Amino acid sequence: MPGLKREDVAHVAKLARLTMSESELDKFTVQLGQVLDHASDMNALDLDGVVATAHPFGLINVVRDDEVRPGLDHDAVMAMAPDAQDGRFAVPRILGEAP
Amino acid sequence: MTMPDGWEMVVGLEVHTELKTNTKMFCGCANTFGADPNTNVCPICLGLPGSLPVLNVRAVELAMAIGTALHSTISPSTFHRKNYFYPDMPKDFQISQYDLPINAGGYLDLPDGSRVSIERAHLEEDTGKSTHLGGSGRIHGADRSLVDYNRSGVPLVEIVSGPDIRSSAQARTYAAELRGILIATGASDGRMEEGSMRIDANVSVRRSGEALGTRCEIKNLNSLRSLTRAIDFEAARQVELIEGGGTVRQETRHWDENLGSTSTMRVKEEADDYRYFREPDLVDLAPDQAWQDRVRDALKPMPAERRAALKGRLANPNPALLDALEVVIDLGLDSYVIAALDAGVEPDLAFARAANEIASDLDGVGNLSAESYVATLRMEQGGDLSATQAKSVLAEILANGGEPASVAQSKGFERLASGALGEVVARLIDENPDEWARYRAGDEKLAQFFIGQVMKLTKGQANGKDVIAELQTRR
Repeated sequence: MPGLKREDVAHVAKLARLTMSESELDKFTVQLGQVLDHASDMNALDLDGVVATAHPFGLINVVRDDEVRPGLDHDAVMAMAPDAQDGRFAVPRILGEAP
Repeated sequence: MTMPDGWEMVVGLEVHTELKTNTKMFCGCANTFGADPNTNVCPICLGLPGSLPVLNVRAVELAMAIGTALHSTISPSTFHRKNYFYPDMPKDFQISQYDLPINAGGYLDLPDGSRVSIERAHLEEDTGKSTHLGGSGRIHGADRSLVDYNRSGVPLVEIVSGPDIRSSAQARTYAAELRGILIATGASDGRMEEGSMRIDANVSVRRSGEALGTRCEIKNLNSLRSLTRAIDFEAARQVELIEGGGTVRQETRHWDENLGSTSTMRVKEEADDYRYFREPDLVDLAPDQAWQDRVRDALKPMPAERRAALKGRLANPNPALLDALEVVIDLGLDSYVIAALDAGVEPDLAFARAANEIASDLDGVGNLSAESYVATLRMEQGGDLSATQAKSVLAEILANGGEPASVAQSKGFERLASGALGEVVARLIDENPDEWARYRAGDEKLAQFFIGQVMKLTKGQANGKDVIAELQTRR
């Protein structure tokens, strides 16, 4: 994508909570630009009237019955938590409310 | 609240309702409220690597039922990932519906005759629940937060109204009517205090006739009272701001119930860049006509229809009766009232005993058949039970079951013989000559005094109407 700017890469990195140095931003602007350029090769084709495809399967309405199945053991779950309190995952102070 | 002269508020509501399914949206974990923290969790709702979501058919059907009740068009739809970082959502994205929701368009007619358009009603998953420790218990000043993922992945439908609401009272009516519909479809238990229905309000103001103003979104209003107060506060704040020469900034605001005010949560900027993209692990949803018809055919009557049916039975309903009618609709007690009316019970009594006595012990409705309700009310209306005794019989049946006649007997409720009542009344007239004189002179209020005295002496066994009859014969 010729239009990809350094600010775009910085913005995406921020949304993904990635810290990047100035030189990394330069490097990834080039690399990510190449990836997007490759994808935009598709624009060379006449795709009017072609419906966007999200996956190659022709399946629809794949559902399961509403039946309870056992999940994970509580102790096993909490063993995965870096920190826990009162049976819950403890996380550092949250700086804002959920979006 | 009334808006200042020349001003109008414009409100749209986003109502999130948890769906009353057995399991979560994309996994088989139990969907229950109040379980011990992190006991209904699995790799899918914890967002562990390699786990794959599978859609719950019941959630789809409840969403279709909601859409059908709201006159929406059930449409082919897709799922998207809404990407953001927050500890209550371990996948770092929420599966939601974006440009193609399952229910498109629609409307909700309110009891006051107004119509509010519905833009969409789409499926999405709920997040976990975080508790903020330290400081005030709110986010600001909290030392750290604890997260329970039992709610993570619980199915939700988000119902988005058009910006058609013009007052906080109308917003409240809309939310109450929608709540009734959600209960009637079986989609929700409507328990706002448990968070099963949460409302965001988009509020803007404008001078009458002008274009729409900039809106603010107030998040997470958990009661009809909060909804009303928050909208009134926010509209007044915006008017004051504009009249003082300022401009409204588009932002998300938090309602503080204790302070009675809203405050900035965050300004709309890049935090709202959710980078929606198709959820590659889920295929399209496209319920065919036969499936839609099955859902439509299974729908029970909606509150508006039931309200009309009950009102049709009333000649000149007084305000108290209409209030009782709303309670009956809200709690789904129609069948009791209809059975009583069919049996010739007075409307005031038929509604009042349901809206008060049954309503006060809803857990007991399994113990009370419509037949027992009717039988108790007929005993009361016929004078075999006083009002106090009838209430007591209903309370007993609701609590422990039983048949009205035997319950009344076991409580020693027998109608006073008219001779016995006459003796009591005659004695009271002798003992209270002043009151009796005033009653004879036409002060009808004194009838209540004598009824109260009779009830005291007979321990509630007398019937008020019988007492009045006795008083009248001696007047």
